[in-house]
Amino acid sequence: MIKAILIFNNHGKPRLIRFYQYFAEDMQQQIIRETFHLVSKRDDNVCNFLEGGSLIGGSDYKLIYRHYATLYFVFCVDSSESELGILDLIQVFVETLDKCFENVCELDLIFHMDKVHYILQEVVMGGMVLETNMNEIVAQVELQNRMEKSEGGLSTAPARAVSAVKNMNLPEIPRNINIGDINIKVPSLSPF
Amino acid sequence: MSDVVEKTLTALPGLFDSQTGAAKITNRLRQLIKSITELTSKHEEENLIKQELSAMKEQVSSPNTTMKQMREIMVRAMYCEMLGYDASFTYIHAIKLAQQGGLLEKRVGYLAVSLFLNEGHELLLLLVNTVLKDLQSTNLIEACMALTVVAQVFPKDMIPAVLPLVEDKLSHPKEIIRRKAVLALYKFYLIAPNQVQHIHAKFRKALCDKDPGVMTSSLHIYLQLIRESPDSYKDMTGSFVTILKQVVGGKLPLDFNYHSVPAPWLQIQLLRILSLLGKEDQSTSELMYEVLDESLRRAEMNHNITYAILYECVKAVYTIHPKAELLEKAARCIGNFVLSPKINLKYLGLKALTYVVQHDAKLALQHQMTIIECLDHSDFTIKRETLELLFRITNAQNVTVIVEKMLDFLRICNDEHTIIHLVGKVAELAEKFAPDNSWFIQTMNDVFSIGGDLLQQDVPNNFLRLLAEGSESKEEDDQLRLYAVDSYLTVLKGHTSHLPQCFLQVMSWVLGEYAHLQESVDQREVIRLLTQLLDQRSVSSETRVWILSALTKISEGQTDLILDLAESLSSSQDTVLRQQAQELRHLSQDSQLHEWALPRGAPWDGIEVDSSLSFLDGFVSEALAAGAAPYKPPHQRQEELCEDRALNLEPYGFSLPVSLSSCSITDRQSPTLLSVSSGLSGNSTELSQKAGSSTLILEGVKRVWGKDGYLPQKEATAPPVDEPSAAVQPPSQQEAAERIEPRPDPSTQNQDKQQLASSLFVGLGVGSSMSLLGKSEAPPLRFRKKPRPHESSSSSSGTSERSSDSSSRSSRNTTDSFLYSSLLEEEPAASISAFDHTPKSTTANGLAQNKDTKEDRRANTSQILGGDMVIVRPSTIQDKHPPSVSSDLTALLPADLKDLPHSDVISLTSDPSLSLSSCRLFRDEALLLVIFISNCTETVIKDVAVQLTCEELKTVSLRGSVGSVHSLSLGHCPQQTSSVRPLVVTTEEYGKLWLSLSHDVKQNLKLLTDAGDPLRTTLNALKDALQLHVVDIIGSEGIVACRLLSGAPCLLHCRVNGTALAMWLRSPHPALPDCILYHCQRALAHH
Repeated sequence: MIKAILIFNNHGKPRLIRFYQYFAEDMQQQIIRETFHLVSKRDDNVCNFLEGGSLIGGSDYKLIYRHYATLYFVFCVDSSESELGILDLIQVFVETLDKCFENVCELDLIFHMDKVHYILQEVVMGGMVLETNMNEIVAQVELQNRMEKSEGGLSTAPARAVSAVKNMNLPEIPRNINIGDINIKVPSLSPF
Repeated sequence: MSDVVEKTLTALPGLFDSQTGAAKITNRLRQLIKSITELTSKHEEENLIKQELSAMKEQVSSPNTTMKQMREIMVRAMYCEMLGYDASFTYIHAIKLAQQGGLLEKRVGYLAVSLFLNEGHELLLLLVNTVLKDLQSTNLIEACMALTVVAQVFPKDMIPAVLPLVEDKLSHPKEIIRRKAVLALYKFYLIAPNQVQHIHAKFRKALCDKDPGVMTSSLHIYLQLIRESPDSYKDMTGSFVTILKQVVGGKLPLDFNYHSVPAPWLQIQLLRILSLLGKEDQSTSELMYEVLDESLRRAEMNHNITYAILYECVKAVYTIHPKAELLEKAARCIGNFVLSPKINLKYLGLKALTYVVQHDAKLALQHQMTIIECLDHSDFTIKRETLELLFRITNAQNVTVIVEKMLDFLRICNDEHTIIHLVGKVAELAEKFAPDNSWFIQTMNDVFSIGGDLLQQDVPNNFLRLLAEGSESKEEDDQLRLYAVDSYLTVLKGHTSHLPQCFLQVMSWVLGEYAHLQESVDQREVIRLLTQLLDQRSVSSETRVWILSALTKISEGQTDLILDLAESLSSSQDTVLRQQAQELRHLSQDSQLHEWALPRGAPWDGIEVDSSLSFLDGFVSEALAAGAAPYKPPHQRQEELCEDRALNLEPYGFSLPVSLSSCSITDRQSPTLLSVSSGLSGNSTELSQKAGSSTLILEGVKRVWGKDGYLPQKEATAPPVDEPSAAVQPPSQQEAAERIEPRPDPSTQNQDKQQLASSLFVGLGVGSSMSLLGKSEAPPLRFRKKPRPHESSSSSSGTSERSSDSSSRSSRNTTDSFLYSSLLEEEPAASISAFDHTPKSTTANGLAQNKDTKEDRRANTSQILGGDMVIVRPSTIQDKHPPSVSSDLTALLPADLKDLPHSDVISLTSDPSLSLSSCRLFRDEALLLVIFISNCTETVIKDVAVQLTCEELKTVSLRGSVGSVHSLSLGHCPQQTSSVRPLVVTTEEYGKLWLSLSHDVKQNLKLLTDAGDPLRTTLNALKDALQLHVVDIIGSEGIVACRLLSGAPCLLHCRVNGTALAMWLRSPHPALPDCILYHCQRALAHH
């Protein structure tokens, strides 16, 4: 089971929070803070697993995370999930975001929190992995988007606006969630 | 950064000129986000969000707000909630959106609901109808949304309402709907397993679905089901193997490939299922060898995800019944993981090693250098995993090095969770493998000072118990205690303010108990050190109590110091301290009283306990005369309380049939049918268990008064006494030379590591005498740890034995030792001590239980010599009986004993001249052991001296007239059940008694089904075997009662539950139910 999915940026600002197990509101915030604290102090060259945070349920749980440029994607899972499997699931999720938002960046996540949630719903449902095939996920999301368009095309405007923003020259914001990382597949491991 | 965003956002309105309406709506969120980024402090953010929320509140309650605006408000509310602000006023609107809106509104509404509400939220009830409607909708998206929300949050009691609809979806033409329906059902199964029991067949259908996606989803369910009961799904092994074979063989559509690996997540899931199925099951495992081999072979491509599959494969290979060829391949895989430069793979490799090392220690040996490198790795997670691995391979030879590594890690670690976890392990290792006393004490000192007050309470408890009970010889125990005392004195002389409370408590207890062992240290010095602690502010009041108890124990003869102290404390704010100070003063002034209350050293059993509290009689009668209400025991109060509520609470009264029948409906309810009382008793059990686990603390803090009144009898059972009959060999000390101490040499680092390796992995090699698997068998344990709950009393049974001549033995003590020793059956010394009570109790009754058959069946005069042997001197020897007639021996029983129920005569042992048989007689108040000594020779034997060594009762020496000594050993251990007597009560009395008993145990036992009335047959079998009294049998339930010789009752409530007998036992004694249960199990198994 996946217990929670947390996305926050390098400063610990939450960008998307999804709990699949009930925690009281203040507990949720504490978990976010503690997770950020744990994850942010780790170098990029250490492993992507963290064990036994005391908040989300003790030693059976682990945090599996990936760091893309300005964002951390953290999945909190129990022992019934495969570590490497979840790691690749994060990759699938991010690649899907990239495809849906055409070069996803942190701003997309901020301004389209609801859309990101809809995409996530097609990947993980109630804590269980529903779909791991990117094309399938995109197909489902597009199906929903068509329905949106049929409602009069109003809601497409913000997307256009954001892509306009993105095309503006804003050198100081690390805008993209490290596109390189997303477009280039996970570097292959050294052969046995 | 914020001004950049601002620039960006101020540029935005220009883009929206053409679509003002939409722009305005979305602008609100943008505005909000923009303003938040501009802020510098948390406080400002709070204010801003508060404003925003109140604006939203106004907006949602306005009738002019359109659906679109509502949608936008919802997103803003989600944003606020994500930041941790309460937007609960929007919850109801989220539900409204889902209820009333079009598709887009529904989508936002459902999303908001699943983010905002939890399963127990009352508003969810309003959603049920909407979900029902949407589930029936022909619109694919609506149905999908409904299924999603059902799987995310749905009230448990509403599941039956939607269940049929979700079930129908399993045969929906669309694959995505079927898949979501399967996951929704899985969720239902997790929340309320019994509600979906009837659709297991449909799960199978889902597994066979033509769409692989649906099949994948159904594996979630199967993984869970198989984890719960692997045996029920063994028949499906073939199917899972076939599926995996097809997947591995690339039979799935290319869509399912991920980085050209066919459906990796599906493979992982299947491998997990297979390993669960094949665990400890050879025939099932054989089915999967081929496909595992195939997976291992195929997965040699180089992508992350293939390693995920490989890892699962390796785990599966090591979990199922082993096959050499596969193990070899898996071992190679692990090697690749461990040696990989990829840190994630290294982590998994270490995990795999940790998992595997129990089966194959050599593997750890192979990778020792890598492991050592990982030990110094910069990654915290890797280090921790390495230590976990080392923990598994610890043995008596490498323990010092490994523990040192762990302590090093702990000193720099600041994660609370890790510290608690690891410190417990260090303590465990230290206890198990300590090479010598000083190392052990030193390590435990580190454990206490590092772990501090994070430590779980059982660590100090175990440690103190170990010190108190000792293990082997008295000298060794005293040596250990002496070390502890010395070491603590040194610690206390240094800085003490930083020491954790728990460490201070341990130290004060040990000093209080054992400071007198150290003769070279002035007791005044000890008192001074402890008193100093009392003056420190950082010391908590609980610790102060510990310290004061210690002071009380060592105060003897130091009246001047103590009086000062008591004086200064008598004005303390803490009433407990004040009371203790009073006690301290009294005790120090009256050395006789001190000696009597706190005897030093071993003779704890000498304490006379007036358990009837008769010395308070005067006080009580005075109080009664003054009009005080008479005392009612707690259970009586409870009953009266219940009566006040005008419910009939008598479980086995006249209303019995009714209550029993409804009881069986409600299943697993208390027989009292009263959740109140069962809840209460449950609590009390818990409490008493807690108290049991912390007995040591109670010992240390000599509490005289407790919940149940005067307490010292507890202490009589608990204090440290070494078991007189401990038959355990002292452990062979590990030679210090065997261990190579790792002393870093800066010049040759590599050599250094080699050395470390050799010290870490010593004892793991093939040729080594130590087998890793043999953790349980091989290493001689330094501190023999006795089974937890029984230890204190089993030792006390030894002591009570020693004092068997003392006329005032507390009967409670006897029971305890019976109980505990019977639980400890595998330990001969202890079980025999139970047996020992026979001589005691019978001699107390003035009855001789050792009869010589040659002796006219006349009672002998028996003497007790030295408290632990009985000598019987027959006056004449006349008749001869061939040993073969032992079956008739019962006829020779003395007349006054003949009518008693008795066991069969068991031939104990014999040699050419004499034979010994024994028979147990059950008297109400005692167990009599009759020993028949038969002369097998033709010659008359005169003057037989029977020496019965009660302490061990293994050997009985017989001295014949010739002067030669025959030593015959009693091979047979008497059964502990001998002390159980039927308790004859009426059903009504039973019911009352049941309520008053606190300790209960429940378990399912085998039902003897071979007869027409299984319950009656089973109970009768138990009755015959254990001397129980069957009180009543009503329908499928029966109640049975018994008691111990000493009077402690035990009530058994049995109910037929399918093919099992659900047994519920209650007793005032914590261990009695377990003990009786154990014997019931045995009796039924033998039947």
